[in-house]
Amino acid sequence: MTPEERIAELLRAVPAPPQGWVEAAKELPRTSRELDAILERVEQAERLRELAVRELEELLRAEGVEPTPAVVSHLRRRLAS
Amino acid sequence: MDAASDAELVERCRAGDDVAWAALVDRYARYVHAILTRVYRLGQHDAEDVFQEVFARIFERLDTLRDTDALRPWIAQTARNCAVDALRRSGREVPVDEVPEGADDGLARLDEALTVHAALDRLSPECHEILDRFFCRDESYRTIGAELGLPAGTIASRIARCLSRLRDVLDPGAGRARGRKSAPSTSGMQVEERR
Repeated sequence: MTPEERIAELLRAVPAPPQGWVEAAKELPRTSRELDAILERVEQAERLRELAVRELEELLRAEGVEPTPAVVSHLRRRLAS
Repeated sequence: MDAASDAELVERCRAGDDVAWAALVDRYARYVHAILTRVYRLGQHDAEDVFQEVFARIFERLDTLRDTDALRPWIAQTARNCAVDALRRSGREVPVDEVPEGADDGLARLDEALTVHAALDRLSPECHEILDRFFCRDESYRTIGAELGLPAGTIASRIARCLSRLRDVLDPGAGRARGRKSAPSTSGMQVEERR
């Protein structure tokens, strides 16, 4: 195998993930700030806390945040801590 | 692509710089994706969830990274942990050492591949684009030619010339030893298959 062939093989080894995945990951700081705001309200409102425990996805939708698995798991960790 | 070092990006991310976070994601998205799909062979659906989980963990725990120059191995370890968790959740057997057979070799190869990919940033934008389109995005000569406004027949020679330049970037000594010879032909290379 020539060096150029080896380089070509290595370039093929790391194809780009779907752009949507990358964009969603880039949104994490913004999502995190939104979750901070939700958590602050959860801490203040008992009714909201009950909803957060019972229907986390529903709460997120109501707050305008897409409840992706990553967001839900992120928020569950924050609620548990 | 942001030219900052990993350590600089980490410091900026810790200071709440969203642009630095986006650059970090851009820099490591391929790496994480390859670890999940090529080393751990997660399916597309699982890989998407775990990909987001990996970056969420990185984002949450960036403050715990002690050696900011060790970002790459830390990300690799985070991806491995998330992949193993996902395999366990799905009920698939996970080897005792938590690493599928050949995973260490696979990760070493990905490290090398990421280094080669990062070197693309040191080429001209034209070379970067044509190599990325052909090798990473799997586009045909016809598609590349149409997008870049070049005759499809010239794409192979451009690819060969850009590969040669990339080789010089990766190994400047080899480039000097060869002197200024013309770019190699595409014979023997795996570039003729997608017309």
